[in-house]
This record gives sequence, structure tokens and C-alpha cells, in this order.
Amino acid sequence: MARKKNRMSTEVNAGSMADIAFLLLIFFLVTTTIASDKGILNILPPKLDPNNPPPEIDLNARNIFNILINANDQLLVEDEFRDNSEGLDEDVKAFILNFGAPNEEATALYNGLPSSLKALAKRDPESSDHPGEAVVSIKTNRGTSYEKYLEVFDLAKKAYFDIYAERVNLTTDEYRALSGKDDAEVSLQDRGKEGIPMAISIAEPDKIGS
Amino acid sequence: MAKFGKKQKVSENIPTSALPDIIFMLLFFFMVTTVLREQEILVEQKIPAATQLQKLQKKTLISYIFIGKPKDTATYGTEPRVQANDALMATSDIVQWVNQERDMLPEADRGLITISMKVDRDVKMGPISDVQSELREADARRVLYASIGKVQK
Repeated sequence: MARKKNRMSTEVNAGSMADIAFLLLIFFLVTTTIASDKGILNILPPKLDPNNPPPEIDLNARNIFNILINANDQLLVEDEFRDNSEGLDEDVKAFILNFGAPNEEATALYNGLPSSLKALAKRDPESSDHPGEAVVSIKTNRGTSYEKYLEVFDLAKKAYFDIYAERVNLTTDEYRALSGKDDAEVSLQDRGKEGIPMAISIAEPDKIGS
Repeated sequence: MAKFGKKQKVSENIPTSALPDIIFMLLFFFMVTTVLREQEILVEQKIPAATQLQKLQKKTLISYIFIGKPKDTATYGTEPRVQANDALMATSDIVQWVNQERDMLPEADRGLITISMKVDRDVKMGPISDVQSELREADARRVLYASIGKVQK
């Protein structure tokens, strides 16, 4: 009977399998570059048409938050000299949410803000009228280092993302991670942005210091 | 008297049959996360750090530009150069390159082409703004400044 047959050992010797797997593993370890497609998104302005120059828009100086960076990576923020960029994001936030002279729309926007953001509104007539008008302008030299430029640009973005996130009750990181894949996320994103456009202008660098 | 010699032998084999499974698990992890490098990077790349990073959803829309000091300084000098695909190019060729890249995308996505600028942190703004004005010329206005996450205090 078959049952009484002496069973052969059915175990396959798998000792060298580990070696082969190790070999493959090490190959992939060496060739791997973990993809890093993260970064700061910037939308460049459209190209200039020489026959058709853009209309001159008169923005009041109070509606522009000027950040100049010179070739030595020193900052001039709203005509004040600074050695480093510390606290710049708070200043940008205060500037955006100043509500110096809000129109009807901006008043409604102001009333819809959470109280933590309302507290930032200083209503300084010398600063921005309302978020719809406010523009953050960053101007560099040709000699400014890319690292410094990115740091300042990063802080300006942070100010906006902080505001957006605060409005929808998320942390800034959570807000930035919203992918817009489903409707719920899109509506969160839109609620954050509503009435406060991200207006960061990158001015053409001047020639000094190249 | 105790007899030392007669101690019973314990089997010394450690079962290692689970080892391949673990290795395979690691192997699959690396296989999945791996992107085989498509091109050799000819310029130095020390990507600066930033905090407000965003991730792009559609990877097919991204084309890469590398800017930095050439690694082979004997041939190319020490001034920052622009690399797109696998060759260094002059700034004035960028418009043509962008149009080529755009032609490879499906019709509906052509307006959404994104240029990921991988710039060495030692580069000055001069060459970068030159590249940006070329990108404006080519109407590829979505630019991603590639950067790595900064450890926040």
C-alpha cells in the first residue's frame, strides 16, 4: 500500500535562495534613488509681448510687500534692513491680513475668518488694503544665492499656507498634503484659498553683482 | 558524582528557512521604490532644503532641468551650466528642448507641462533667471524648484 511506502524527504534545500535574494537586494540597494519629486511650485508670469505691453496697473505702494535680497544675501524688507529671514513669514501674514481699507467683499471675508486670524488684522492704513489687493514682491540680484532666494520664497509661501490651513482648521502640513483627488479635498482647498489669492511676484533681478 | 560527558546534545541548527522570505520582502520594497536612473547627471547637485514642499500628482508631466557647476571642470569650466536630458545645453536651446518635451505629452496635457528645476545650492540667481525667462519664452510656466525637506525646529 502506498501509505506504507517510505516517504522521501520533501524539503527542498533553500539555503542558497537567501544568497540569491541577497544578491538581488544589494543590486537594488545600490541602484536605488528614491524618487524625490517634491519641491516648491512657482507659476511664472506669461511672456511679454513686445507689441502689446501689459497694461500698467497702479498698485498703491502700501499694497506691495517689498523684499529685496542683495548679492551678499542681505535682506531689505519694507525698507528695513535685516540680516536674516527670521520672522519674515509672520510679517508677511500680518501684511496680508492687515485689512487697512477693506471694500464690501473684503469685509465679508474678514467676518468669515476664524478669530485667530482676525487678531492679526491691525487695520494699519499704511499697510495692505485687503488680501485681494496684497502682493508680496521678491526681488533679487543676479548675485543672490539660490539658497537664500528659495528660503525667502519658502517663507512667503508658508505665510499663505498658514492662513489657508488656519481657515479650514488643519495644520499647515495637512493642508499642503491635500492632493485634490476627491471632491472633499478640493472643497477644503477652495475654502482655504477663497478670497485670498496667493500673490507672490518674482521681479526680474537687476544686473548688479553678477 | 555528576557525569559531564553524558549531557544530551541539543540540536544546533537554527531554522533559517524564514530568512529568504525576509530578504525577499526587502527586495520587493527596493524594487518597487527604485527608479533606475535614466540619465547621467553631469553637473553638481546639492539640492537646497525648504519647508513648504508640495508633491506633484502627475509625474509624466515633469521634465527635468539640472543646473550646477559641471563635474568635469576640465572640459566644461567652472561656470554653472544647464543640463537637460543627458547633455549640457546653452540657455538659448531651452525653448527648443521644451517644445520637444511638450510634443511627447498627450494633447490634452500639453499646457500643464511642469519643469522641475534641480539647482545646486551654490548657483547664483543670474543663470537661474536667464533660464526662467527662456521658460517664459517657451510658455512652460509651471516651474517646480526641487528641494528636500528641512528639519523643522
